Amino acid sequence: MTVEYTSLAAGGMLTLAGELDHHAAAAAIRRSERLLDEHQPGALVLDLAGLSFMDSSGIALLLKLKKRMQMIGGTLEVQNTPPQAYRVLVGAGIDRLIPISKRRKEA
Amino acid sequence: MRVLSPKTKLELPAASINEGFARVFAAAYAARLDPTMEELADIKTVISEAVTNAIVHAYPQGGGTVYISARVIGSDTLEFVIRDKGKGIGNVEQAMEPMFTTGGEERSGMGFTIMQSFTDRLTVWSREGKGTKVTMTKRIRKPAHR
Repeated sequence: MTVEYTSLAAGGMLTLAGELDHHAAAAAIRRSERLLDEHQPGALVLDLAGLSFMDSSGIALLLKLKKRMQMIGGTLEVQNTPPQAYRVLVGAGIDRLIPISKRRKEA
Repeated sequence: MRVLSPKTKLELPAASINEGFARVFAAAYAARLDPTMEELADIKTVISEAVTNAIVHAYPQGGGTVYISARVIGSDTLEFVIRDKGKGIGNVEQAMEPMFTTGGEERSGMGFTIMQSFTDRLTVWSREGKGTKVTMTKRIRKPAHR
């Protein structure tokens, strides 16, 4: 799977694409954390539009990113969440900790 | 017309590269009951969770095999069994608690919670030194009722 960072006027965006399972998770977490350390955005949008599959490994990644953003006093929002990933996140109650949208975040 | 859906088995080396293969196997088997996209996605998710558990926890020394079987019960219910012959779970009740994990940083401890949410029935049998068996059933709604 791929992890890319885009600088935005108000912070930054991490874009995940591919299958986020246990096989891919450790490398995706390491790359995401490295990109955050490098750019230190005040607000982070996580775009999941390109995810073709996500299991609870994605929850681990989201919770890591939230902790990282809290450490630097920033915010985290998730956008463009595909239906399967949305069911996993809501089924696990992660939407109560992190704002998760099926659509693109309003600019 | 009688539809034959014989029990089908798959054995996989317990390596993370095979998690995707297990999902494809389960989805292909489930297709015979004509599930909705949502039902199919749920099946792929719970198989991924169960197989990942076996890969992460059953064989800490490496190696080992994960055994998956699929069958149709009655006319509309899928049963998947994911079994390993690994070290077993000492305390199944604790392992099933949300956020409980003994895995690495890439594990959230939410696997069993998701398996429970997305199936109609989840049974976990485990014995230390013998292995673990996870049985999940999911009823596929008939098109007329959708």
